Amino acid sequence: MGGEPNSDMYMSNEETVSPRRHWNETVMLQSLKTPTRLAALLIGALVLFLAMALPSVAQSIDDAIAKLTTDGYSDTAAAINALATSGSPRALPIVQALNDGKLQFSASDKKVFIVTATGLVEAVTGAPVATPPADISDVRANNRIRGLVNAALGALSLANPDPQKRIASADAVFKSRDEGALAALDTAIANETNSTVAIAFKAAKAAIILFKADAPVNDRVAAAQAIQLRGTQDAVALLRSLPADTPKPVLEAANASAKAIEYNLALWSMAQNAWYGLSLGSVLLLAAIGLAITFGVMGIINMAHGEMVMIGAYVTFVVQEIIRTRFPGLFDWSLTIALPLAFMTSGLVGIAIERTIIRWLYGRPLDTLLATWGISLALQQTVRSIFGANNREVGSPSWMSGSFQVGQLSITWGRMWIIVFALIVFAGLIAILRRTPLGLQMRAVTQNRSMASAMGIPTAWIDALTFGLGCGIAGIAGVALSQIDNVSPNLGQGYIIDSFMVVVFGGVGNLWGTLVGAMTLGIVNKFLEPVAGAVLGKIFVLVAIILFIQKRPRGLFALKGRAVES
Amino acid sequence: MSLFKTMTIAGAVLAGALTASAALAEDTIKVGVLHSLSGTMAISETTLKDTVLFLIDEQNKKGGVLGKKLEPVVVDPASNWPLFAEKARELISKDKVSVVFGCWTSVSRKSVLPVFKELNSILFYPVQYEGEESERNVFYTGAAPNQQAIPAVDYLMSADGGSVKRWVLAGTDYVYPRTTNKILEAYLKAKGVAAEDIMINYTPFGHSDWQSIVADIKKFGSAGKKTAVVSTINGDANVPFYKELGNQGIKATDIPVVAFSVGEEELAGLDAKPLVGHLAAWNYFESIKTPENAQFIKDWQAFTKNPKRTTNDPMEATVIGFHAWVAAVTKAGTTDTDKVIDTLPGTKVPNLTGGTAEVLPNHHITKPVYIGEIKADGQFDIVWQTKSLVPGAAWSSYLEGSKDLVADWVTLKCGNYNTITKKCGG
Repeated sequence: MGGEPNSDMYMSNEETVSPRRHWNETVMLQSLKTPTRLAALLIGALVLFLAMALPSVAQSIDDAIAKLTTDGYSDTAAAINALATSGSPRALPIVQALNDGKLQFSASDKKVFIVTATGLVEAVTGAPVATPPADISDVRANNRIRGLVNAALGALSLANPDPQKRIASADAVFKSRDEGALAALDTAIANETNSTVAIAFKAAKAAIILFKADAPVNDRVAAAQAIQLRGTQDAVALLRSLPADTPKPVLEAANASAKAIEYNLALWSMAQNAWYGLSLGSVLLLAAIGLAITFGVMGIINMAHGEMVMIGAYVTFVVQEIIRTRFPGLFDWSLTIALPLAFMTSGLVGIAIERTIIRWLYGRPLDTLLATWGISLALQQTVRSIFGANNREVGSPSWMSGSFQVGQLSITWGRMWIIVFALIVFAGLIAILRRTPLGLQMRAVTQNRSMASAMGIPTAWIDALTFGLGCGIAGIAGVALSQIDNVSPNLGQGYIIDSFMVVVFGGVGNLWGTLVGAMTLGIVNKFLEPVAGAVLGKIFVLVAIILFIQKRPRGLFALKGRAVES
Repeated sequence: MSLFKTMTIAGAVLAGALTASAALAEDTIKVGVLHSLSGTMAISETTLKDTVLFLIDEQNKKGGVLGKKLEPVVVDPASNWPLFAEKARELISKDKVSVVFGCWTSVSRKSVLPVFKELNSILFYPVQYEGEESERNVFYTGAAPNQQAIPAVDYLMSADGGSVKRWVLAGTDYVYPRTTNKILEAYLKAKGVAAEDIMINYTPFGHSDWQSIVADIKKFGSAGKKTAVVSTINGDANVPFYKELGNQGIKATDIPVVAFSVGEEELAGLDAKPLVGHLAAWNYFESIKTPENAQFIKDWQAFTKNPKRTTNDPMEATVIGFHAWVAAVTKAGTTDTDKVIDTLPGTKVPNLTGGTAEVLPNHHITKPVYIGEIKADGQFDIVWQTKSLVPGAAWSSYLEGSKDLVADWVTLKCGNYNTITKKCGG
């Protein structure tokens, strides 16, 4: 737009062409990139037509702007509704700016501004503002406003070139059931080429018709059946929230649809519990697998095991801090970089502990328990003195954020990668124990120390290395756990009991037992939690394990042979 | 200089310093600080220890109290409840402190109560709690349930709060959430909310796997009525809880969560962007714009030499308690326990949000209530506040066992006076 158009003039004089031409240009630009150009053009034409047919429309956006400058939630809400129905081309950018927190106002000038990448612009005219007014401040939003903004954006952006945005906008209409959007929705459905988006559009339309009191009963029944296709929890909510005075056939159709969806969802919720169980199991596996070496293979009751996990998590924090300040581009690699460092740090701390304290206490389990408990407290307080008592923020790299949908099951990337990672670590550890000379020596030393020594194996160093390996694996677990838990000095405490439980339940000295034990505990926990609650669920599991150990003292997969008997 | 000589001089200097400090000690008023500096609660309580040290430093710059300097005595009860009682005894009998600022969890407060009664000293307790208590030796400067939980629920029921009809009461499994939720349940039912529209869920301390509980909440919330979560989840468990909410795509516009234990400090440990719009109810927020608050934040950050150090609600409660004690001691002209306890009710000190906190006869104080929405930067945007100050009620009027009880240490000299039987003692 050329020059500085007078906003008041534009407001009062509908014949001013420049803003409308601007809108048309935007539409044309968008239309070049999209297969739905016809839809966009049609909507554009519709908006233009509405704008010309209703001379009072411009007035109402003027009112709406004035209301945005009063800094009251009720006025802001009224303004959003007015903007959504105004048909003004400037409505979308203004509501979008409010959604993004980029809308500002000046009470003294009665003007509203949008913060853009290039600077401040006047919201109504789009003209750049050289010097912002002194009393400029953000238009504030609360949850009520945000809900209205979402609904308004839904109605306003049905013709967005981005299919994801169109689906989001269809969902917003589905939730708001704004009858005003029906015409635009029809146009959009007619022009939609993307089948996924079309389904979303149709569901939104069905939602509106279902609640439209003056629509024919047959249409409403059909709408209730159409919504069943959506199959989600919010569809059930919608079907169940029909007012009581709705005609009976409609209510019955809605109930039938809701029941069908609910049955389907109940099946999915089983799958969901199983998935959550696997996820919890993988966390338990990560925490316990290092202990399966130190406790399971070597027989050391290492109460400081949780602190090794914590050290791994803090290594991740330090790595991320350095990356944030020095090499921001590497952030997505931060966890990959932290893995070997965490392994080495925790491993070296473990070796140091073994060399200085634990090796003097072999064969004295009670002393080892007390000494390592003391070490765990000392390590916690050391970390607290260095990093402070507060939680430290460890960010998630982009490939671990967000979730994806499998049917009605939403799976978060972070949890999925942790399961994969736990299995990789498990496989790696098995490979080390079975396929490397170090693993061979470790097994030899733990099975028959004097014989191994006679064969020339440096048993003392193998002990240190084995303990270091167990601790290093715990450090790796810390990297993964930093993604789902608090990175605080107490991080490890929460896992030590669970880890021992997994190892004892699975069978001391057997890695496969640890895997099966962790997964079993995870799944049992998650199926019990919805029924018994988190607290009782944990107690049940603990009691069940105690009873199980009475029956099978060596756990699920007991080691057999002479080495064990001695 | 020979080694021997150096050591003699060093020894002499040291001895001199010791005598000097001993001489100084006679002219000071000792203030006990009983907050955990290690263990689970260190995350929250360390800040309050620093706050008391900061306040003492400020007061000493103004010349102290009654012409004497204040001297802090800091002990570490290490998040160990019985140790709280031992350390309290040590502070009162051995160090002879005039007043103690301390405790965070209710169980630690309950553990030191007998000690304060037996040795007759004063405890200022600065954290929001479940109420149902009023002791002669304790002053409660945090919020009682009617100063935090009830107004928050009222807000959610209002049009601005989203006209919530269905409620999830989620808490950590211990006394504060259990009592608060009992009060809230009774209150909601009194407001006509049906039993099937209330879901109560407890989790252990430090719960970290929230997947199925959040999925449950999501399911409960999609029954067609506007749903909100009232969270009394405490401590570390909050971070994974909010992370899971973000992961499962529960936005504040769908199911808002109002928390009573999440403040600026807790948010500093996580990425607040997915949490925008979730709520917290407190009597103070760092983002409240008053000259008093701006000055306080500036001085606090200068004292801690950390320009990013946040402030929070229990800190403000500590500030109010400290100033009220200073005012009462100044007025009474002595640090004698009985005289200070008698002087404290009626004492008015400014709070940090532009109002006045008055110590009431039931040893609670008047407070404004604010509802804040989490912003992307981890601060709060105030969306609602009570029109006037709310006086703290020791006993909830919504619980069967306590609705007839009143606490009044000025005229009735009783913490649990039964208005029906006209007897002291519940």
